[in-house]
Amino acid sequence: MGFHWKWDFTWEILPRLLEATLNTLIAAGAGYAIAIVLGLVLALAQRTPYRALTFVVREFVEFIRSTPLILQIFFVFYVGPQFGVRMSPWTSGMIAIGLHYSAYLSEVYRGGLNSVGKGQWEACTALNMSTRQAYTRIIIPQAVPPALAGMGNYLVGIFKDTPMLSVIGVAELMHTANAIGSESYRFLEPYTLVGVIFLAISLPAAGFIRVFETYVRRKLGLK
Amino acid sequence: MPLSLWEFIATYWPDFLKGTGVTAAQFILATMLAIGIALVAGLMKLSRNAVIRGVSVTYIEIFRGTSLLVQLYWIFFVLPLFGVTLDKFTAGFVAVGMNLGAYGAELVRGGIQSVPKGQWEAAYALSMSPAKRMWRIILPQALVNMLPPWGNLLIELLKNTALVSLISVTDLMFVAKQINGSTFLSAQAFGLALIVYYVFARFIVTPAMRWLEGFMRRKLGRA
Repeated sequence: MGFHWKWDFTWEILPRLLEATLNTLIAAGAGYAIAIVLGLVLALAQRTPYRALTFVVREFVEFIRSTPLILQIFFVFYVGPQFGVRMSPWTSGMIAIGLHYSAYLSEVYRGGLNSVGKGQWEACTALNMSTRQAYTRIIIPQAVPPALAGMGNYLVGIFKDTPMLSVIGVAELMHTANAIGSESYRFLEPYTLVGVIFLAISLPAAGFIRVFETYVRRKLGLK
Repeated sequence: MPLSLWEFIATYWPDFLKGTGVTAAQFILATMLAIGIALVAGLMKLSRNAVIRGVSVTYIEIFRGTSLLVQLYWIFFVLPLFGVTLDKFTAGFVAVGMNLGAYGAELVRGGIQSVPKGQWEAAYALSMSPAKRMWRIILPQALVNMLPPWGNLLIELLKNTALVSLISVTDLMFVAKQINGSTFLSAQAFGLALIVYYVFARFIVTPAMRWLEGFMRRKLGRA
Protein backbone atom coordinates (compact mmCIF):
# COMPACT_ATOMS: atom_id res chain seq x y z
CA MET A 1 0.00 0.00 0.00
CA GLY A 2 1.41 3.34 -0.94
CA PHE A 3 0.14 6.73 -1.86
CA HIS A 4 1.47 6.89 -5.28
CA TRP A 5 -0.69 6.48 -8.22
CA LYS A 6 0.01 3.41 -10.38
CA TRP A 7 -0.91 4.03 -13.97
CA ASP A 8 -0.54 0.42 -15.13
CA PHE A 9 -2.94 -0.66 -12.38
CA THR A 10 -5.30 2.12 -13.45
CA TRP A 11 -5.40 0.84 -17.05
CA GLU A 12 -5.87 -2.68 -15.77
CA ILE A 13 -8.97 -1.89 -13.73
CA LEU A 14 -10.50 0.78 -15.95
CA PRO A 15 -12.31 -1.64 -18.32
CA ARG A 16 -13.92 -3.39 -15.35
CA LEU A 17 -15.06 -0.10 -13.89
CA LEU A 18 -16.43 1.10 -17.22
CA GLU A 19 -18.39 -2.13 -17.56
CA ALA A 20 -19.84 -1.54 -14.11
CA THR A 21 -20.65 2.04 -15.12
CA LEU A 22 -23.03 0.58 -17.65
CA ASN A 23 -24.81 -1.29 -14.84
CA THR A 24 -24.96 1.93 -12.83
CA LEU A 25 -26.58 3.70 -15.77
CA ILE A 26 -29.06 0.85 -16.26
CA ALA A 27 -29.94 0.92 -12.55
CA ALA A 28 -30.43 4.69 -12.63
CA GLY A 29 -32.51 4.46 -15.82
CA ALA A 30 -34.73 1.64 -14.60
CA GLY A 31 -35.21 3.24 -11.19
CA TYR A 32 -36.09 6.54 -12.82
CA ALA A 33 -38.58 4.91 -15.17
CA ILE A 34 -40.39 3.40 -12.17
CA ALA A 35 -40.25 6.69 -10.29
CA ILE A 36 -41.66 8.72 -13.21
CA VAL A 37 -44.76 6.54 -13.51
CA LEU A 38 -45.31 5.86 -9.81
CA GLY A 39 -44.66 9.51 -8.98
CA LEU A 40 -47.49 10.56 -11.28
CA VAL A 41 -49.81 8.06 -9.62
CA LEU A 42 -48.90 9.42 -6.18
CA ALA A 43 -49.40 13.00 -7.35
CA LEU A 44 -52.78 12.33 -8.96
CA ALA A 45 -53.95 10.30 -5.97
CA GLN A 46 -53.59 13.45 -3.88
CA ARG A 47 -55.95 15.35 -6.18
CA THR A 48 -58.95 13.04 -5.93
CA PRO A 49 -62.04 14.11 -3.96
CA TYR A 50 -61.48 11.28 -1.46
CA ARG A 51 -60.04 12.91 1.66
CA ALA A 52 -58.90 9.66 3.24
CA LEU A 53 -56.96 8.62 0.15
CA THR A 54 -55.30 12.02 -0.08
CA PHE A 55 -54.33 11.85 3.57
CA VAL A 56 -52.87 8.35 3.36
CA VAL A 57 -50.89 9.10 0.19
CA ARG A 58 -49.67 12.42 1.63
CA GLU A 59 -48.37 10.73 4.80
CA PHE A 60 -46.81 7.93 2.75
CA VAL A 61 -44.91 10.44 0.62
CA GLU A 62 -43.76 12.32 3.72
CA PHE A 63 -42.61 9.09 5.32
CA ILE A 64 -40.60 8.01 2.29
CA ARG A 65 -39.05 11.46 1.98
CA SER A 66 -37.98 11.70 5.59
CA THR A 67 -36.29 8.33 5.97
CA PRO A 68 -32.91 7.26 4.55
CA LEU A 69 -32.82 5.52 1.17
CA ILE A 70 -30.17 3.11 2.41
CA LEU A 71 -32.50 1.92 5.15
CA GLN A 72 -35.34 1.52 2.65
CA ILE A 73 -33.07 -0.57 0.42
CA PHE A 74 -32.26 -2.88 3.34
CA PHE A 75 -35.91 -3.00 4.34
CA VAL A 76 -37.13 -4.09 0.90
CA PHE A 77 -34.29 -6.57 0.47
CA TYR A 78 -34.59 -8.31 3.85
CA VAL A 79 -38.26 -8.06 4.72
CA GLY A 80 -39.43 -9.97 1.64
CA PRO A 81 -37.62 -13.22 2.55
CA GLN A 82 -38.92 -12.99 6.15
CA PHE A 83 -42.39 -13.51 4.71
CA GLY A 84 -41.32 -15.97 2.05
CA VAL A 85 -40.94 -13.57 -0.87
CA ARG A 86 -37.49 -13.88 -2.41
CA MET A 87 -36.25 -11.11 -4.64
CA SER A 88 -32.95 -10.64 -6.42
CA PRO A 89 -30.77 -7.69 -5.35
CA TRP A 90 -31.62 -6.02 -8.65
CA THR A 91 -35.37 -6.34 -8.18
CA SER A 92 -35.41 -5.13 -4.59
CA GLY A 93 -32.91 -2.39 -5.40
CA MET A 94 -35.05 -1.09 -8.25
CA ILE A 95 -38.20 -1.22 -6.10
CA ALA A 96 -36.52 0.68 -3.25
CA ILE A 97 -34.87 3.37 -5.35
CA GLY A 98 -37.88 3.70 -7.67
CA LEU A 99 -40.24 4.09 -4.72
CA HIS A 100 -37.96 6.59 -2.99
CA TYR A 101 -37.69 8.82 -6.02
CA SER A 102 -41.36 8.46 -6.91
CA ALA A 103 -42.11 10.27 -3.64
CA TYR A 104 -39.79 13.10 -4.66
CA LEU A 105 -41.11 13.24 -8.20
CA SER A 106 -44.72 13.28 -6.97
CA GLU A 107 -43.87 16.56 -5.20
CA VAL A 108 -42.42 17.94 -8.42
CA TYR A 109 -45.55 16.93 -10.33
CA ARG A 110 -47.77 18.35 -7.61
CA GLY A 111 -46.04 21.70 -7.97
CA GLY A 112 -46.42 21.53 -11.75
CA LEU A 113 -50.11 20.56 -11.60
CA ASN A 114 -50.86 23.30 -9.07
CA SER A 115 -49.21 25.86 -11.31
CA VAL A 116 -51.83 25.31 -14.04
CA GLY A 117 -54.35 28.15 -13.77
CA LYS A 118 -57.87 27.56 -12.54
CA GLY A 119 -59.23 29.06 -15.75
CA GLN A 120 -57.88 26.07 -17.66
CA TRP A 121 -60.05 23.75 -15.60
CA GLU A 122 -63.07 25.96 -16.08
CA ALA A 123 -62.44 26.03 -19.81
CA CYS A 124 -62.34 22.21 -19.83
CA THR A 125 -65.66 22.09 -18.00
CA ALA A 126 -67.12 24.62 -20.40
CA LEU A 127 -66.03 22.45 -23.33
CA ASN A 128 -67.67 19.46 -21.69
CA MET A 129 -64.46 17.47 -21.38
CA SER A 130 -64.23 14.47 -19.08
CA THR A 131 -61.74 14.63 -16.20
CA ARG A 132 -59.55 12.18 -18.05
CA GLN A 133 -59.56 14.27 -21.20
CA ALA A 134 -58.90 17.42 -19.22
CA TYR A 135 -55.83 15.87 -17.60
CA THR A 136 -54.32 14.23 -20.66
CA ARG A 137 -55.01 16.99 -23.18
CA ILE A 138 -54.97 20.21 -21.22
CA ILE A 139 -53.58 19.99 -17.70
CA ILE A 140 -50.65 17.55 -17.83
CA PRO A 141 -49.06 19.04 -20.99
CA GLN A 142 -49.01 22.43 -19.24
CA ALA A 143 -47.77 20.96 -15.97
CA VAL A 144 -44.71 19.38 -17.59
CA PRO A 145 -42.58 22.46 -18.43
CA PRO A 146 -42.51 23.90 -14.89
CA ALA A 147 -41.75 20.40 -13.56
CA LEU A 148 -38.86 19.74 -15.95
CA ALA A 149 -36.11 21.37 -13.89
CA GLY A 150 -37.03 19.34 -10.81
CA MET A 151 -37.34 16.16 -12.84
CA GLY A 152 -33.88 16.70 -14.30
CA ASN A 153 -32.34 17.30 -10.90
CA TYR A 154 -33.77 14.05 -9.60
CA LEU A 155 -32.46 12.15 -12.63
CA VAL A 156 -28.94 13.24 -11.65
CA GLY A 157 -29.88 12.57 -8.02
CA ILE A 158 -30.93 8.98 -8.67
CA PHE A 159 -27.71 8.41 -10.60
CA LYS A 160 -25.66 9.62 -7.66
CA ASP A 161 -27.63 7.44 -5.23
CA THR A 162 -27.10 4.17 -7.13
CA PRO A 163 -23.86 3.41 -5.20
CA MET A 164 -26.09 2.61 -2.22
CA LEU A 165 -27.31 -0.43 -4.14
CA SER A 166 -23.84 -1.94 -3.68
CA VAL A 167 -24.77 -2.80 -0.07
CA ILE A 168 -27.21 -5.48 -1.17
CA GLY A 169 -24.88 -6.77 -3.88
CA VAL A 170 -25.99 -5.04 -7.06
CA ALA A 171 -22.88 -5.15 -9.25
CA GLU A 172 -22.70 -1.44 -10.02
CA LEU A 173 -19.72 0.91 -9.95
CA MET A 174 -19.20 1.12 -6.19
CA HIS A 175 -19.61 -2.63 -5.75
CA THR A 176 -16.94 -3.26 -8.38
CA ALA A 177 -14.59 -0.71 -6.80
CA ASN A 178 -15.03 -2.42 -3.42
CA ALA A 179 -14.28 -5.79 -5.03
CA ILE A 180 -11.13 -4.46 -6.69
CA GLY A 181 -10.08 -2.87 -3.40
CA SER A 182 -10.41 -6.08 -1.44
CA GLU A 183 -8.67 -8.17 -4.13
CA SER A 184 -5.66 -5.93 -4.58
CA TYR A 185 -5.56 -3.98 -1.30
CA ARG A 186 -5.34 -0.82 -3.37
CA PHE A 187 -8.08 1.68 -2.71
CA LEU A 188 -6.58 4.87 -4.11
CA GLU A 189 -7.11 4.11 -7.79
CA PRO A 190 -10.53 2.39 -7.75
CA TYR A 191 -12.22 4.89 -5.41
CA THR A 192 -10.68 7.89 -7.15
CA LEU A 193 -11.69 6.55 -10.56
CA VAL A 194 -15.25 6.03 -9.34
CA GLY A 195 -15.32 9.67 -8.26
CA VAL A 196 -13.94 10.80 -11.63
CA ILE A 197 -16.44 8.67 -13.56
CA PHE A 198 -19.32 10.13 -11.53
CA LEU A 199 -18.11 13.67 -12.20
CA ALA A 200 -17.60 12.91 -15.89
CA ILE A 201 -21.23 11.84 -16.19
CA SER A 202 -23.13 14.04 -13.75
CA LEU A 203 -21.61 17.40 -14.72
CA PRO A 204 -22.36 17.13 -18.47
CA ALA A 205 -25.75 15.60 -17.64
CA ALA A 206 -26.67 18.59 -15.49
CA GLY A 207 -25.64 20.92 -18.32
CA PHE A 208 -27.57 18.90 -20.88
CA ILE A 209 -30.71 18.96 -18.74
CA ARG A 210 -30.56 22.75 -18.56
CA VAL A 211 -30.28 22.99 -22.35
CA PHE A 212 -33.12 20.50 -22.82
CA GLU A 213 -35.34 22.44 -20.44
CA THR A 214 -34.92 25.72 -22.33
CA TYR A 215 -35.51 23.84 -25.59
CA VAL A 216 -38.82 22.41 -24.38
CA ARG A 217 -39.93 25.76 -23.01
CA ARG A 218 -39.22 27.46 -26.33
CA LYS A 219 -40.87 24.65 -28.24
CA LEU A 220 -44.07 25.07 -26.22
CA GLY A 221 -43.95 28.84 -26.72
CA LEU A 222 -43.31 29.60 -23.05
CA LYS A 223 -40.77 32.41 -22.71
CA MET B 1 -43.25 -14.52 13.91
CA PRO B 2 -41.83 -15.28 17.33
CA LEU B 3 -41.74 -11.67 18.52
CA SER B 4 -44.37 -9.00 18.14
CA LEU B 5 -43.23 -5.42 17.57
CA TRP B 6 -43.89 -4.50 21.23
CA GLU B 7 -41.90 -7.43 22.55
CA PHE B 8 -39.19 -6.54 20.06
CA ILE B 9 -39.06 -2.97 21.33
CA ALA B 10 -39.08 -4.15 24.95
CA THR B 11 -36.05 -6.34 24.26
CA TYR B 12 -33.95 -4.10 22.05
CA TRP B 13 -34.80 -0.53 23.02
CA PRO B 14 -31.46 0.08 24.81
CA ASP B 15 -29.56 -0.72 21.59
CA PHE B 16 -31.81 1.48 19.52
CA LEU B 17 -31.48 4.30 22.02
CA LYS B 18 -27.69 4.10 21.86
CA GLY B 19 -27.79 4.05 18.07
CA THR B 20 -30.13 7.03 18.02
CA GLY B 21 -27.69 8.89 20.28
CA VAL B 22 -24.84 8.27 17.83
CA THR B 23 -27.05 9.35 14.92
CA ALA B 24 -27.97 12.54 16.82
CA ALA B 25 -24.29 13.27 17.51
CA GLN B 26 -23.40 12.69 13.84
CA PHE B 27 -26.29 14.93 12.83
CA ILE B 28 -25.27 17.81 15.10
CA LEU B 29 -21.55 17.68 14.26
CA ALA B 30 -22.20 17.33 10.51
CA THR B 31 -24.70 20.21 10.64
CA MET B 32 -22.18 22.50 12.31
CA LEU B 33 -19.51 21.58 9.77
CA ALA B 34 -21.96 21.98 6.87
CA ILE B 35 -23.03 25.45 8.04
CA GLY B 36 -19.40 26.57 8.41
CA ILE B 37 -18.40 25.23 4.99
CA ALA B 38 -21.54 26.60 3.33
CA LEU B 39 -20.87 30.06 4.70
CA VAL B 40 -17.21 30.12 3.64
CA ALA B 41 -17.74 28.50 0.22
CA GLY B 42 -20.87 30.58 -0.46
CA LEU B 43 -19.07 33.86 0.32
CA MET B 44 -16.03 32.74 -1.67
CA LYS B 45 -18.22 32.09 -4.68
CA LEU B 46 -19.33 35.74 -4.57
CA SER B 47 -15.77 37.02 -4.38
CA ARG B 48 -14.44 39.38 -7.04
CA ASN B 49 -11.17 37.45 -7.10
CA ALA B 50 -11.28 34.77 -9.81
CA VAL B 51 -8.93 32.42 -7.95
CA ILE B 52 -11.02 32.47 -4.77
CA ARG B 53 -14.17 31.98 -6.84
CA GLY B 54 -12.50 29.11 -8.71
CA VAL B 55 -11.56 27.29 -5.51
CA SER B 56 -15.13 27.51 -4.26
CA VAL B 57 -16.68 26.43 -7.58
CA THR B 58 -14.32 23.45 -7.80
CA TYR B 59 -15.17 22.38 -4.27
CA ILE B 60 -18.92 22.71 -4.84
CA GLU B 61 -18.91 20.90 -8.18
CA ILE B 62 -16.79 18.00 -6.92
CA PHE B 63 -18.92 17.42 -3.87
CA ARG B 64 -22.22 17.88 -5.67
CA GLY B 65 -21.15 15.94 -8.74
CA THR B 66 -20.19 12.70 -6.99
CA SER B 67 -21.97 10.46 -4.51
CA LEU B 68 -21.69 10.92 -0.79
CA LEU B 69 -20.88 7.22 -0.48
CA VAL B 70 -17.90 7.65 -2.82
CA GLN B 71 -16.73 10.65 -0.79
CA LEU B 72 -17.16 8.77 2.46
CA TYR B 73 -15.12 5.78 1.27
CA TRP B 74 -12.52 8.08 -0.21
CA ILE B 75 -12.12 9.99 3.04
CA PHE B 76 -12.03 6.82 5.12
CA PHE B 77 -9.95 4.50 2.93
CA VAL B 78 -7.86 6.73 0.66
CA LEU B 79 -7.06 9.77 2.79
CA PRO B 80 -4.92 7.69 5.22
CA LEU B 81 -2.57 7.01 2.28
CA PHE B 82 -1.84 10.72 2.23
CA GLY B 83 -1.10 10.68 5.93
CA VAL B 84 -4.50 11.94 7.12
CA THR B 85 -6.05 9.22 9.23
CA LEU B 86 -9.47 9.95 10.67
CA ASP B 87 -11.22 7.52 12.98
CA LYS B 88 -14.52 6.23 11.64
CA PHE B 89 -16.71 8.52 13.75
CA THR B 90 -14.85 11.64 12.59
CA ALA B 91 -14.62 10.46 8.98
CA GLY B 92 -18.40 9.93 9.06
CA PHE B 93 -19.53 13.38 10.06
CA VAL B 94 -16.73 15.08 8.10
CA ALA B 95 -17.88 13.38 4.86
CA VAL B 96 -21.55 14.17 5.49
CA GLY B 97 -20.78 17.75 6.55
CA MET B 98 -18.51 18.44 3.56
CA ASN B 99 -21.08 17.02 1.14
CA LEU B 100 -24.05 18.94 2.50
CA GLY B 101 -21.86 22.03 2.94
CA ALA B 102 -21.43 22.12 -0.85
CA TYR B 103 -25.22 22.13 -1.31
CA GLY B 104 -25.57 24.71 1.47
CA ALA B 105 -23.03 26.99 -0.24
CA GLU B 106 -25.43 27.47 -3.13
CA LEU B 107 -28.19 28.39 -0.67
CA VAL B 108 -25.91 30.93 1.03
CA ARG B 109 -24.98 32.44 -2.33
CA GLY B 110 -28.63 32.62 -3.39
CA GLY B 111 -29.66 34.05 -0.03
CA ILE B 112 -27.06 36.82 -0.17
CA GLN B 113 -27.92 37.68 -3.75
CA SER B 114 -31.59 37.96 -2.81
CA VAL B 115 -30.89 40.87 -0.43
CA PRO B 116 -32.01 44.05 -2.22
CA LYS B 117 -29.27 46.27 -3.62
CA GLY B 118 -30.52 49.23 -1.61
CA GLN B 119 -29.38 47.48 1.57
CA TRP B 120 -25.82 47.27 0.26
CA GLU B 121 -25.91 50.90 -0.78
CA ALA B 122 -27.36 52.05 2.55
CA ALA B 123 -24.63 50.19 4.45
CA TYR B 124 -22.06 51.79 2.15
CA ALA B 125 -23.58 55.22 2.72
CA LEU B 126 -23.23 54.69 6.47
CA SER B 127 -19.54 53.99 5.75
CA MET B 128 -19.59 50.53 7.25
CA SER B 129 -16.57 48.35 6.57
CA PRO B 130 -17.23 45.47 4.14
CA ALA B 131 -16.97 42.92 6.97
CA LYS B 132 -19.38 44.84 9.18
CA ARG B 133 -21.77 45.37 6.28
CA MET B 134 -21.83 41.65 5.55
CA TRP B 135 -22.15 40.58 9.16
CA ARG B 136 -24.68 43.14 10.44
CA ILE B 137 -26.76 44.03 7.40
CA ILE B 138 -26.57 41.47 4.62
CA LEU B 139 -26.20 38.08 6.35
CA PRO B 140 -29.13 38.43 8.80
CA GLN B 141 -31.48 39.25 5.91
CA ALA B 142 -29.98 36.52 3.75
CA LEU B 143 -30.50 34.08 6.62
CA VAL B 144 -34.24 34.76 6.75
CA ASN B 145 -34.51 34.18 3.01
CA MET B 146 -32.61 30.92 2.99
CA LEU B 147 -33.95 29.28 6.15
CA PRO B 148 -36.81 27.35 4.46
CA PRO B 149 -34.52 25.53 2.00
CA TRP B 150 -32.09 24.90 4.85
CA GLY B 151 -34.86 22.99 6.58
CA ASN B 152 -35.02 20.61 3.63
CA LEU B 153 -31.25 20.38 3.51
CA LEU B 154 -31.06 19.36 7.17
CA ILE B 155 -33.56 16.56 6.55
CA GLU B 156 -31.31 15.39 3.71
CA LEU B 157 -28.34 15.62 6.06
CA LEU B 158 -30.08 13.55 8.71
CA LYS B 159 -30.93 10.84 6.17
CA ASN B 160 -27.40 10.88 4.80
CA THR B 161 -25.91 10.22 8.23
CA ALA B 162 -27.28 6.67 7.82
CA LEU B 163 -24.47 6.04 5.34
CA VAL B 164 -21.83 6.26 8.05
CA SER B 165 -22.99 2.84 9.23
CA LEU B 166 -21.18 1.48 6.16
CA ILE B 167 -17.83 2.41 7.69
CA SER B 168 -19.01 0.78 10.95
CA VAL B 169 -20.02 3.86 12.93
CA THR B 170 -22.51 2.37 15.40
CA ASP B 171 -25.42 4.64 14.53
CA LEU B 172 -29.11 3.78 14.34
CA MET B 173 -28.75 2.18 10.91
CA PHE B 174 -25.83 0.07 12.12
CA VAL B 175 -27.78 -1.13 15.15
CA ALA B 176 -30.74 -2.09 12.95
CA LYS B 177 -28.44 -4.04 10.65
CA GLN B 178 -26.74 -5.77 13.55
CA ILE B 179 -30.01 -6.84 15.18
CA ASN B 180 -31.30 -7.97 11.80
CA GLY B 181 -28.16 -10.08 11.40
CA SER B 182 -28.51 -11.80 14.76
CA THR B 183 -32.30 -12.23 14.95
CA PHE B 184 -33.46 -12.23 11.29
CA LEU B 185 -36.39 -10.06 12.42
CA SER B 186 -35.95 -7.73 9.47
CA ALA B 187 -39.38 -6.11 9.47
CA GLN B 188 -39.11 -5.22 13.16
CA ALA B 189 -35.46 -4.11 13.11
CA PHE B 190 -35.56 -2.01 9.95
CA GLY B 191 -39.16 -0.95 10.53
CA LEU B 192 -38.39 0.46 13.96
CA ALA B 193 -35.32 2.29 12.59
CA LEU B 194 -37.48 3.79 9.82
CA ILE B 195 -39.95 5.04 12.41
CA VAL B 196 -37.21 6.58 14.57
CA TYR B 197 -35.75 8.43 11.56
CA TYR B 198 -39.22 9.60 10.60
CA VAL B 199 -39.99 10.92 14.08
CA PHE B 200 -36.58 12.60 14.23
CA ALA B 201 -37.13 14.36 10.90
CA ARG B 202 -40.79 15.20 11.16
CA PHE B 203 -41.24 15.99 14.83
CA ILE B 204 -37.85 17.36 15.85
CA VAL B 205 -35.92 18.83 12.91
CA THR B 206 -38.86 20.30 10.97
CA PRO B 207 -40.58 21.99 13.97
CA ALA B 208 -37.22 23.33 15.17
CA MET B 209 -36.59 24.92 11.78
CA ARG B 210 -40.13 26.36 11.69
CA TRP B 211 -39.55 27.90 15.09
CA LEU B 212 -36.23 29.35 13.95
CA GLU B 213 -37.87 30.84 10.85
CA GLY B 214 -40.52 32.55 12.98
CA PHE B 215 -37.95 33.71 15.50
CA MET B 216 -35.70 35.26 12.83
CA ARG B 217 -38.60 36.95 11.10
CA ARG B 218 -39.76 38.50 14.38
CA LYS B 219 -36.22 39.55 15.17
CA LEU B 220 -35.99 41.41 11.87
CA GLY B 221 -39.44 42.91 12.41
CA ARG B 222 -41.03 41.07 9.51
CA ALA B 223 -43.58 39.03 11.41
